[in-house]
Amino acid sequence: MNYETVIGLEVHVQLKTKTKIFCSCSTEFGSEPNTQVCPVCLGLPGSLPVLNKTVLDYAIKVGLALNCTVQPFTKFDRKHYYYPDLPKNYQISQYDLPVSQDGYLDVEVGDKIKRIRIKRAHLEEDAGKLIHENDASLLDLNRTGMPLLEIVTEPDIHSPEEAHAYLTALKSIIEYLDVSDCDMEKGSLRCDANVSIRKIGETELGTKTELKNMNSFKGVKDALAYEVQRQAEVLDEGGKIIQQTMLWDVKENKTVVMRTKEEAKDYRYFPEPDLPPFLITKEKIQEMRETLPELPQQRCKRIIQEYGLSEHDANILVISKADADYAEECIRAYKNSDKKPVVNILIGPMFSEANTRNTSMSALGVNSDNLLELLGYIDRDEISNLNAKVVLKDMIETKNKASEIIKAKNLIQISDTSFLDSAVDEVLQANVKSVEDFRSGKANALMFLVGQVMKKSAGKANPKVVQEILKRRLS
Amino acid sequence: MELYNLTAHELNQKIKSGEITSDEVIDSLDKRIKSVEPKVNAYVRISEAKISALNSASKGTLEGIPVSIKDNICTQGTNTECCSKILEGFKPPYDATVISKLKKAGAVILNTKTNMDEFAFGSSTENSCYGPTHNPWNLECVPGGSSGGSAACVSSDEAIMALGSDTGGSIRQPAAFCGVVGLKPTYGRVSRFGLIAFASSLDQIGPLTKDVRDSALLLRAISGYDPKDSTSVDLEVPDYESYLSGDVKGLKIGIPQEYFIEGMDQEVRDIVEEAINKLNSLGTISGKVSLPNTKYAVPVYYIIATAEASSNLGRFDGDQYGFRARPKEKIKGSLIDMYEHTRGQGFGQEAKRRILLGTFSLSHGYYDAYYLRALKVRTLIKQDFDRVFGEYDCIVTPTSPSPAFKIGEKSQDPLSMYLSDIYTISVNLAGIPAISIPCGFTKKGLPVGLQILAKPFNESMLFKVAYAYEQATKWYAQKPKL
Repeated sequence: MNYETVIGLEVHVQLKTKTKIFCSCSTEFGSEPNTQVCPVCLGLPGSLPVLNKTVLDYAIKVGLALNCTVQPFTKFDRKHYYYPDLPKNYQISQYDLPVSQDGYLDVEVGDKIKRIRIKRAHLEEDAGKLIHENDASLLDLNRTGMPLLEIVTEPDIHSPEEAHAYLTALKSIIEYLDVSDCDMEKGSLRCDANVSIRKIGETELGTKTELKNMNSFKGVKDALAYEVQRQAEVLDEGGKIIQQTMLWDVKENKTVVMRTKEEAKDYRYFPEPDLPPFLITKEKIQEMRETLPELPQQRCKRIIQEYGLSEHDANILVISKADADYAEECIRAYKNSDKKPVVNILIGPMFSEANTRNTSMSALGVNSDNLLELLGYIDRDEISNLNAKVVLKDMIETKNKASEIIKAKNLIQISDTSFLDSAVDEVLQANVKSVEDFRSGKANALMFLVGQVMKKSAGKANPKVVQEILKRRLS
Repeated sequence: MELYNLTAHELNQKIKSGEITSDEVIDSLDKRIKSVEPKVNAYVRISEAKISALNSASKGTLEGIPVSIKDNICTQGTNTECCSKILEGFKPPYDATVISKLKKAGAVILNTKTNMDEFAFGSSTENSCYGPTHNPWNLECVPGGSSGGSAACVSSDEAIMALGSDTGGSIRQPAAFCGVVGLKPTYGRVSRFGLIAFASSLDQIGPLTKDVRDSALLLRAISGYDPKDSTSVDLEVPDYESYLSGDVKGLKIGIPQEYFIEGMDQEVRDIVEEAINKLNSLGTISGKVSLPNTKYAVPVYYIIATAEASSNLGRFDGDQYGFRARPKEKIKGSLIDMYEHTRGQGFGQEAKRRILLGTFSLSHGYYDAYYLRALKVRTLIKQDFDRVFGEYDCIVTPTSPSPAFKIGEKSQDPLSMYLSDIYTISVNLAGIPAISIPCGFTKKGLPVGLQILAKPFNESMLFKVAYAYEQATKWYAQKPKL
């Protein structure tokens, strides 16, 4: 049976303020347990929360960047539940008047632009961390009171790929705004998903499951794909989906049941009496709007126009702000009017080196001058593309300049025809069979012969020149 | 005359002039406490040794003056338990803002706290895990509550002055029952940081004193904006003492008809009416006014206050501090079991009742009908006051419909207990300031309180009127015989 997938995402973004949302404790990551706590975030009797105003500013910025309506009147509410990582046994969150709501994000999926509506983005405090060890559970409250912005979509996402594209676009915007590290491994970006499927053509939503514990974008995609498949199998067999909270088990590559919701939880929300409501004036919103940096979509349009990049290349380059900054610096410094060569080296070898090292291009330690020096060798046909990749890798590892590496390794391409002619002679004599093959119409044989000449020259022969010589000799 | 008989302003003069020392005041208080405390039980966790105090080196307006503190106001390193078993042994690692302010003003903070209804839930100080406080005027009677310990220790001269907290009358009603001066400041006037919350939108800390001047002195010392309390208001604190002129000529006083109803104690009614006549003889002009939504105050209050309380008390679960129940059989992994036992054994009956009431009214499906509606009516109640204050300088009412009742008389009847706050809770709902001052005695010798209400942040008006009346009547000069 064919089903339509319906996904809604809840993303928690930890805002990177210096201090927590309601007290002046540090937000630094990775400190000794329970060293960044005070009576307020410990919820000691008599303590009171005071809103960190920067948190509100950041939330407004994100709201504006996500095309939301920023509310003129916003307030906090208490959400009650009992758990040891929540010292007050209520979480200060926002219920009916979030900072912003009703926005959207346009994301590229395949070749299409897909609009995903944002239902709301609200502020709340994070809970602590329970660490289960042997027979005991230990509590680290350093994370208690970290500022979180929860961004909730409408159920507009219809495939795991769309979910992935949405997350990528969202992360990109938040990085541009510089309000969060968006590091899933450190928990500064967390994603939960509500998934259901329905027969194509149906309008009612199917019973949903909630997915948690997905620790990477890939994990989100994999978990959603698995869960969609699982639900389809259940329905195909005539079963019913049970409303459950599931955990993604990355080792086993499957979702497992965490808890079954027997009834709706009653969080007993009510307005937080310790914090007066906040008025966000038009002037304030305007002020925040003016501080918004250029966002990825705007940048994409601009660099297409300014440098004549293709839409595809531009889209790739702008996703990460650090990468885009670096790329633009290189593109600008590259004097040719056709920017394709520099874009190719960025999107090709530089990107793949950064990806393998799980870092950004700018953090590879190859500044624009050095990269362009390397590019000069390629442009002048002085080294092969293959060797250029080797040199680049060396540059990253040794921090040496391209010219030094090329010289030391003697990688300058041989385009000297007298040397190449004799090498071709030797190869033709040694590979009579291939010569015959080529003459009988097997074009592949030519590439084999080129390869043999390359080998003879220890990779230094200019393959284009070799090919020309071979073609001439064999015709 | 002993030092403990004196007021803070009298003692302060003697200390400043070098005639006496703060230590002598403490010694005198200690002697008094040793002699009458067994009858009154105004303090909790009092030791056999001399009462100790945290001295302050500061030479402010309260230099050398001991202040007694209600058991729900955090004092660094000193037990603060809200007279509840569930906070057994809790020593806050910080001072409430009012305590820091008192220290800065040179006050001396007593290390023993005053008795109260558990978590300020009550009007009689019978709901304390340390047993009831007795009214110094009649030991068989309650001192009122929840700040009964603070009122009784001031009344019995076991304290020079004290701090209480008032959520629905918890300062004013015991002040009336014990014949002392009690003031509930405007919501936001005094920082709540360090006050263990009962109902956050209603709670205020305020002074209980022997006379109006001390009240002005103490309020000034603890008032002011606190960046640690987002609900405190950034307004300058006036020099309240400058309003103690005795001149009330031409002030307009509103007498709300809804506060003089059938069923109220006739003696109280007569005494309060006489007090109003007295004020008029001093030059005020009184007129009948109406606060039509008064009849909703009790239900609205008990919805809002219990809802907030159920949330505020959620944190007492045995995890981090205070009492933790240890189930006889250790059930592995049963956290909920520990919570349930801790809360089941740690909270008293009234606390449980209020947690249940509040949890119910915040529950899904009931929120709109109870809590949300109560908030709306609360606004109407506030508007009643705004309207009257458009025309009148202050409002005068009885503090409580009856004088102090017998210990045990109402403890089995929560509804009739709740009604003893009928004249005080509207003030908290509206967030306005009010003071209770002694205005006479019943035939049986129990004090009666006169309540004066004013516009938000106009405590000066309360002091002006209260002082004029006090100086003209001198009820404060009468002391209970212990």
